[in-house]
Amino acid sequence: MTAPILSLNNLHKAYGALKVTDGVSLDVGAGELHAIIGPNGAGKTTLISEITGEVALDAGTVTFDGTDVTALPVHARALKGLTRSFQITQVLPGFTVLENVATAAQAHDGSSFHFFRSAGADRRLNDTAMAALGEVGLAARAILPAASLSHGEKRQLEIAMALVSQPKLLLLDEPMAGMGREETERMVAVLMALKGRYPMVLVEHDMHAVFRLADRISVLVYGQVIASGSPEAVRADPAVREAYLGEEEFG
Amino acid sequence: MAEPPAPTPALPATPPLWRRIWLPVLVFALLALVPFVWGERFILGLVTRAMIMAIAALSLDLILGYGALVSFGHAAFLGLGAYAVAILFSHDIVDAAIAFPVAILVGAGFAFVTGAISLKTRGVYFIMITLAFGQMAFFTATSLSAYGGDDGLRMFHRSEVFGTRVLANDTTFYFVVLGTLAGCFVLLKMIVGSRFGRVLRGAKENERRMRALGFDPFRYRLAAYVIAGAICALAGALFANLGMFVAPAYMTWQRSGEFIAMVVLGGMGTLIGPIIGAIGVTLVEEWLAALTQHWKVIFGPMVVLVAIFARGGIVKLLERVAGK
Repeated sequence: MTAPILSLNNLHKAYGALKVTDGVSLDVGAGELHAIIGPNGAGKTTLISEITGEVALDAGTVTFDGTDVTALPVHARALKGLTRSFQITQVLPGFTVLENVATAAQAHDGSSFHFFRSAGADRRLNDTAMAALGEVGLAARAILPAASLSHGEKRQLEIAMALVSQPKLLLLDEPMAGMGREETERMVAVLMALKGRYPMVLVEHDMHAVFRLADRISVLVYGQVIASGSPEAVRADPAVREAYLGEEEFG
Repeated sequence: MAEPPAPTPALPATPPLWRRIWLPVLVFALLALVPFVWGERFILGLVTRAMIMAIAALSLDLILGYGALVSFGHAAFLGLGAYAVAILFSHDIVDAAIAFPVAILVGAGFAFVTGAISLKTRGVYFIMITLAFGQMAFFTATSLSAYGGDDGLRMFHRSEVFGTRVLANDTTFYFVVLGTLAGCFVLLKMIVGSRFGRVLRGAKENERRMRALGFDPFRYRLAAYVIAGAICALAGALFANLGMFVAPAYMTWQRSGEFIAMVVLGGMGTLIGPIIGAIGVTLVEEWLAALTQHWKVIFGPMVVLVAIFARGGIVKLLERVAGK
């Protein structure tokens, strides 16, 4: 394997006596879709937040694209190409769908300390944004306020925002959460199309989707990685079966 | 992919031009007509004062309406600008070409220092800390015994403009203030629509999202705070010239509260709203104060009524009426 795009080394984080991250080490290879699964409360979202910098670590290092980013704040990591989507969608509700994506594109288009020229009329930003909206199937919604989108559409919007952020790694925190079957299928199709283009870390509860998409799966239980490997290996792992005991979907 | 590519992407359909500009055009046209209809000194002075308050309210709107930062010390900038002009005047520096830029720089400098500290806080703490800085400015002014202390400081005439006394004429001064107001309106219009303004508005919409996109909201808020401080100090420089007098009372916290009321009642997050709000509040106050000395008893409930029945401010109300 070539040098990993993301390397987590012995991450620790505790809230009082509760160890939410307990010695996690992981590598995400270039081009790899790495899924992180685990029961509720396993610390998956916390792990994502540690990677993005929203949660400060007690110990351990995060190496991204060859540099140690452990000390960098959220926005600085984002500018390096560490791009995330949120479990609870985070859009700019009062902006139009187009402006949401154009704003994401603007972050990677030089300084934003321009005070006079209209940003809304910026062709380059708008064209970039429209292309990404087309890719996720939201082009027809471009001029609506983001607040008016359905839940599934907001997820698609977040993907579009990620696409124009010049990502070197996509961190997707439960992109299928709260979606119906049809919306899930559409999202799986979107992710399938992105797979290979970008390395991805996918946290997801929908096991069918995970096993279809992932190159590698890591299983997180009580803040520890109890198994990591190919979907087949993880499926066969007795420790994983133990952790998911009784959960129908895993059988 | 799944969906066929959209036929020529429809870029935001902006409403027709007249719908977007009828209100500002109307307001500025009415203001331009005032000196020709009511030439009396009193009316002219009153509307001039209202327009100066409108410049201050506009500057507050940049951080309050577009940045969701409730500054409770904004009057300090008005006072600083006014004092800068009056203090320079007392040292025989009477030309606006020097005094006004100095006033603007003083406002921007104070905003930079206090903003860098207060913008580290959020919500009610931000309100408290801006209030504290405002009060510090107020008490500093009262203790400036060399410059009148509590009693304030008088200017013997208005600032000169490159050695001439054109501002001495009330009608000229009126149009200078109107021009400044229009200039600030256009400037802020550009700023809120720019890339910078977009980041400022985005951080108000969803700060977490903006960070995840790679923006550090602090830097943009600080820049907006400095711009607001500079513009408000410019209003202060004009205010000192209006009455040819400055006093610590210019920067009381009550006045800061009044600015917030002007912005909110007029319609925050719009630029014409604070102008209408500032002029409305100034005129209504004047009118009620002439009726009774207990005018605040009437003014208070009026504010409450507007707040309840005109959500989004007077501007929203006017637009709804005009839309029918």
